[in-house]
Amino acid sequence: MKRLIPALMLATLAVCAAKAEPLTSARELLSPELQAQQADDGANPGMLWVERGANLWTTPDGQGAKSCAGCHGDAKTSMRGVATRYPSIDTASGTLMNLEARINSCRVKHMSAVPFKYETDDLLGLTAYVAHLSRGLSMAPRIDGPAAPRYEAGRKFYFERQGQHNLACNQCHEAQVGKRLRGDRISSGLGTGYPAYRLDWQRAGSLHRRLRACSLGVRAEQLEYGAPEYVDLELYLAHRASGMSIETPAVRK
Amino acid sequence: MRTARIVMPKTAKKGEIIDIKTLITHPMETGYRRDDVGAAIARDIIGQLRVTYAGTEVFRMTMFPGVAANPFAAFTTIATATGEFVFTWTGENGEGHVERTTLTVA
Repeated sequence: MKRLIPALMLATLAVCAAKAEPLTSARELLSPELQAQQADDGANPGMLWVERGANLWTTPDGQGAKSCAGCHGDAKTSMRGVATRYPSIDTASGTLMNLEARINSCRVKHMSAVPFKYETDDLLGLTAYVAHLSRGLSMAPRIDGPAAPRYEAGRKFYFERQGQHNLACNQCHEAQVGKRLRGDRISSGLGTGYPAYRLDWQRAGSLHRRLRACSLGVRAEQLEYGAPEYVDLELYLAHRASGMSIETPAVRK
Repeated sequence: MRTARIVMPKTAKKGEIIDIKTLITHPMETGYRRDDVGAAIARDIIGQLRVTYAGTEVFRMTMFPGVAANPFAAFTTIATATGEFVFTWTGENGEGHVERTTLTVA
């Protein structure tokens, strides 16, 4: 019997591991028409923001009149695959940065320019442009070294019950995936399509805007755009989505 | 600042039917909504998209408040000769946005 118990536990673990549903992109929960709209660059309205970002990439700004291209050159080669590694630790400051924060830090440090405000068309545009250049590549953020405590904080946030509804992220985004909620279907919560164009918003929006909507949904405190707690969560979600393809700009309901 | 996108082939054979897709950023504010403090939000919509091909009008679309933000329009036309496409969006408040692209017909 003593020998049987560990064996049983192992068997149970194996079953549990096998039971975990493979993650699915929220794209697969959309209607065929919306999926087609996302796939067609001529019809995907998120491409308007990508285009805006592409224009900004070569537009000089700040005191030094430098542009992103001034240092990074052609984004199509220099930025390919970059978004798969974000959020990542900034070695100079030791803080965890998402793409938005990295773009703004670049603007301040290397261009002596004013940082873009979160959720402005300019920041959404540049973020969408950079993320879009990794479209089709697999998410692969690092969670070792200095990123480890940030990942752990994000994981804790994800599994922590919050708000008046007392719900944790996983209770919807793992246990109820595919079911209907307020006219939409519950996704696996990957965030691989952001900045995404949401029909609900009638415009492109950041992952943090979407996270704020979730915070409101469970009647929890909505954190500020760019809040470190959200960036930690973003890292957890990005790592959870490891191997899933970037879809930016996604079209969502 | 408006951003517009035109997706269409750069070259075509004479007589070929070509697909043209257009997008433009615009809030398409209906004028029926009110803001947080109850004040009416002014109507602001694009009234018309007009497309000419080598000077000839090939497409015209009138838009109303029922059209969603960032309007998308797609249509086809027949490639006849090399010429310039001019896409003109005209807002009801007088603003305009023009995009130009050239189709080469072999």
